[in-house]
Amino acid sequence: MNVERTLPTPEARELLEMVREFGRDELAPRAPGAERDAAFPRDVFAKIGGMGLLGLPYAEEHGGAGLPYEVFLQVVEELARSWLTVGLGVSVHTLSCFGLARYGTADQKARWLPKMLGGSELGAYCLSEPDSGSDAAALRTRATTADDGYRLDGTKAWITHGGVADFYTVMARTSDDGARGISCFLLFSDDAGLAAATPEHKMGLRASPTAQVRLDGVAVAANRLIGEPGHGFAIALAALDTGRLGIAACAVGLAQAALDVATDYAGQRHQFGRPLRDFEGLSFMLADMATGVEAARALYLAAARRLDAGQPVTKQAAMAKLFCSDLAMRVTIDAVQVLGGYGYVEDYPVERYMREAKALQIVEGTNQVQRLVISRQLYGQV
Amino acid sequence: MKIVVCVKQVPDTWSEKRLDPADQTLDRAAADGVIDELDTYAVEEALKLKESLGDATVVVLAMGPAGAAESLRKALSMGADEAVHIVDDALHGSDALATSLVLAKAIEQIGYDLVLLGSESTDARMGVMAAMLAERLGVPQATLASGVAVDGTSLRVTRMTSAAQEEVAATLPAVVSVLEKINEPRYPSFKGIMAAKSKPTSTLSLADLGIDASSVGLAAAATKVLDSTARPPRGERTIIKDDGDAGARIADFLASRKLL
Repeated sequence: MNVERTLPTPEARELLEMVREFGRDELAPRAPGAERDAAFPRDVFAKIGGMGLLGLPYAEEHGGAGLPYEVFLQVVEELARSWLTVGLGVSVHTLSCFGLARYGTADQKARWLPKMLGGSELGAYCLSEPDSGSDAAALRTRATTADDGYRLDGTKAWITHGGVADFYTVMARTSDDGARGISCFLLFSDDAGLAAATPEHKMGLRASPTAQVRLDGVAVAANRLIGEPGHGFAIALAALDTGRLGIAACAVGLAQAALDVATDYAGQRHQFGRPLRDFEGLSFMLADMATGVEAARALYLAAARRLDAGQPVTKQAAMAKLFCSDLAMRVTIDAVQVLGGYGYVEDYPVERYMREAKALQIVEGTNQVQRLVISRQLYGQV
Repeated sequence: MKIVVCVKQVPDTWSEKRLDPADQTLDRAAADGVIDELDTYAVEEALKLKESLGDATVVVLAMGPAGAAESLRKALSMGADEAVHIVDDALHGSDALATSLVLAKAIEQIGYDLVLLGSESTDARMGVMAAMLAERLGVPQATLASGVAVDGTSLRVTRMTSAAQEEVAATLPAVVSVLEKINEPRYPSFKGIMAAKSKPTSTLSLADLGIDASSVGLAAAATKVLDSTARPPRGERTIIKDDGDAGARIADFLASRKLL
């Protein structure tokens, strides 16, 4: 099905068409097998890196494309529509570049950003820990001052690309001053003492590795501190605003994929001598699914356009993440129902979509945390 | 060295193709137009030759209605240097003979050392354009290429036929049609899409090429489609899952239809 998009330039339209074609021809056919085998498609990320898709919203002078989030997020949506592991991976990678791109010094950016945005490297974002998920500010990973920099010790948890990433944006504690004692560091996969555990065995999104990352006395030079000491939590939250919009876009892509399959199926499958689409009980379900997808897309794009205009988006990003991922859950469940028995078996992708949707209600802040953020914003609290 | 790549705008291979009942020509409004996938292999091969030779210019050439400009832009996004679009209302309904006449005139006007194109178009599937162009241009042709190498003015082509793999050689200029297995076409990068905006694109009419409109188009076509019937819907399908005996069951099925 053709998604009717509003895009700011003809080039953005060509980019979206190219991504759609790439997703249809290169991603969608590989997704079922790779998800079954939990095989991370590193070669796919190399390819989309070559297409310039791993630095879209960042400045051209550092190797990005200087595109607005309005366009970048629709690229993420299209990738997720074909294969959630890839859409999510691009979102997480882009999130992990955010700290350096926004808060790095000119010297730091010139030194590291071109490689991070250039397409050959993949990033990971390390905030959560085994004992601090929603309560992220309670993190315990320590960065103690050493001779010429810092020494990091601790364990990060639920890290997308853990073990396959080339660089890690890591939040660690430089003082005991609560949220104000957290700082942001740039680590690399070949730093001595950095190691990833065996990936978690997940309900879905199996091709996208999620693993603990252990830091055992990792020596980090002082110039790999991003921003001021103690500003790490603020950086993490600012990054999460964009990351949550990325998850919202992924959720819409996934819901669109489920809607595509369900619509197609109901147009072809005949029962009682008529196609399923002629039965109002099902066609109204499809109409509700389509309306939800459209509303979800409009919500995350409204937030994206605010972000592009330099307006605060903390509340809107939380709303978009909450609404879009809940919608994806509902639409994927309904898609299974539309397909009936065929929806419940692996011959069709909708049972996988349903398992994948659940992750989006949890990652980058559970939907309960999103409601917490939104309700606090209602009373002007941060 | 100048490489001219012929590209064709065709209905999206994923969409259903229809003939316009009025004149039995392709109903272009019924499906999205895209660059012919088989021609993207020719574009890729030209770009690879350019990369290996260094000093080369890749010109993409299309004949077709206004929408064909999209296919040219796609080729420019992939990395081609220039685009030439032949557009003229009188071309509507042109057959392969007329198309080859028009393309050959344009290729002569552009100037060329090598002409590359796909082995056939995914819509009309004639597979004759390389031969017709070579004949009209009076240069050697090598069709169904799975490999192309250029050294100075000498051309070596690996041809795949059903009977054998052939190595053929010729002196440039020449016309070569390529197979899908020759390479893997690149996807345009976003930088490529942006760069395509500022690449030279020109438009040619039949008058620009000195071609009389009466020698092309539907009226001048050597053959005429008299009637067409839509393909009947597919009947019952049988899906065989492999439990170790799928091969035997497929063979039994084919034998039951006297196909084996």
